[in-house]
Amino acid sequence: MDDLHKFYDDHEAVGGVSFEVAEGEIFGLLGPNGAGKTTTVEILEGYRISSSGSVSVLGFDPAERPRALRERVGIVLQSSGMYRHVRVREAVAHWAGLYPHPRDVDEVLRIVGLDDAAQATALVRTLSGGQQRRLDLALALIGDPDLIFLDEPTTGFDPAARRAAWETIKRLRELGKTVLLTTHYLEEAQELCDRVAIIKDGKILAEGPPGELSEASARYRVSWRGEDGALISEEVDDPTELLHRLTGEAIARGESLVDCSVVRPSLEDVYLELTADETSEAQR
Amino acid sequence: MSDTTLAWRQYRLERKMFWRNPTAAFFSFVLPLIFLFLFGAVFSGSQANLNVLIPGIAGLSVMATTFNALATQMTFLREQGVLKRVRGTPLPGTSYLSGIIGSAATNAVIQILIIIVAGKLFFGLGWPKNWSELAIFTILGVSCFAAMGVAFSHIIPNFEAAPAYTNLVFLPMIFISGVFFDVDNVPTFLRDIANALPLVHVINGISAALVTGAPLSEHLSDLAVVAVWTLACVILAVRGFSWSARD
Repeated sequence: MDDLHKFYDDHEAVGGVSFEVAEGEIFGLLGPNGAGKTTTVEILEGYRISSSGSVSVLGFDPAERPRALRERVGIVLQSSGMYRHVRVREAVAHWAGLYPHPRDVDEVLRIVGLDDAAQATALVRTLSGGQQRRLDLALALIGDPDLIFLDEPTTGFDPAARRAAWETIKRLRELGKTVLLTTHYLEEAQELCDRVAIIKDGKILAEGPPGELSEASARYRVSWRGEDGALISEEVDDPTELLHRLTGEAIARGESLVDCSVVRPSLEDVYLELTADETSEAQR
Repeated sequence: MSDTTLAWRQYRLERKMFWRNPTAAFFSFVLPLIFLFLFGAVFSGSQANLNVLIPGIAGLSVMATTFNALATQMTFLREQGVLKRVRGTPLPGTSYLSGIIGSAATNAVIQILIIIVAGKLFFGLGWPKNWSELAIFTILGVSCFAAMGVAFSHIIPNFEAAPAYTNLVFLPMIFISGVFFDVDNVPTFLRDIANALPLVHVINGISAALVTGAPLSEHLSDLAVVAVWTLACVILAVRGFSWSARD
């Protein structure tokens, strides 16, 4: 997608977003709530029409919602309900009938972890939140899509459920699927994504593999207690010289260097730095 | 996969899910029957009154199983995001809606058959005198009220409000349309309103088929009014259709 804009009345939800996702890649849109992630993804899914800019998904214009495109795309929406009176396996089997070359129903239930007999025959409305999310993924996977959209797939999960969901998403990579996921969890982006775009206020602030993003501002933060007991920290490109000076001074005074730490910024620091606005700056 | 096959599959799923929901099944089938037997008992002394009541209850059933049921169901599906989810699949919208509306129509037909049997067994009514006329008015009535239900769902703000909104239309319409009594006893201005609405004409047609045996040629104006309403409701249902709830 290139230079995408989406206006709502007078405010611009997405302002000039451009990115490309390669085949077989897991691409993450990372940003705080209200950053424009869902708007961007829903334009790609064909639910919303962009105000300007050009969009191409698997060579199609999603705004026209061609059936050939819908047959090759699987969508997990941020929240979407399901019939109350349908059973899990029945729903997945029904969905399979909508696609020209569906995957095997039992295989898909196994991939998402809803394959034991009790779960497969449970009524959808009796599922827990995490199980419903797994059903969402099963319904998105059953058509054997080339491209899968996951809009905040693990929001509201407990840590164990999140780990399990990550394992499932990693399996999508093994199946050769292209995945575009949105998240506001850093660990999630770091754990799953080949490349990440950090988005805020409808603009992409940084883009690249999670590892490189943190290297981009690879400054070391050195902290220690000064002679008056106050905590001092300094950011440097290379901490060697500073550390040498600090240790030298401490030895000269015959004291030990209290609370000394050297920290390399993680993706989290980059993220916080990039997405911080004035209010949160003031809070710190 | 043809669109018709997909509509058929959707229909079968809808039927399966319908029977798993006892509350909906109850309101669709038992409530009109309770009306039938209560009012039937009240009017049991007078065959003339029963001859008004039974086509009236048949008309009520057509409206309840289509208008009420679909307005509520579409509001639920939209609010829960089921429509949005379905929209992301290759299933064509027409196949999807055909399955849902077909299921509602099935309920209307089952209901009418139950009423015919009850009329024959308990209320001194013979078998229908004109089956094809019955079929024509049932099909047209179902189409009209189904489209009206889908169109009406667009102005229902949320699922909790759905019963209130549908009853606001349903209850006044059944009262002035002569479901429980002869329309001739109604004040003129109410009769004029009722005559402008489709239900009274569906009931007239069903009454002709079940009771009087008057040929279709005598009920062409009834047919015309329902047809105009059907067309208008179909246009409103299609034009205003929205796949997701208002934000």
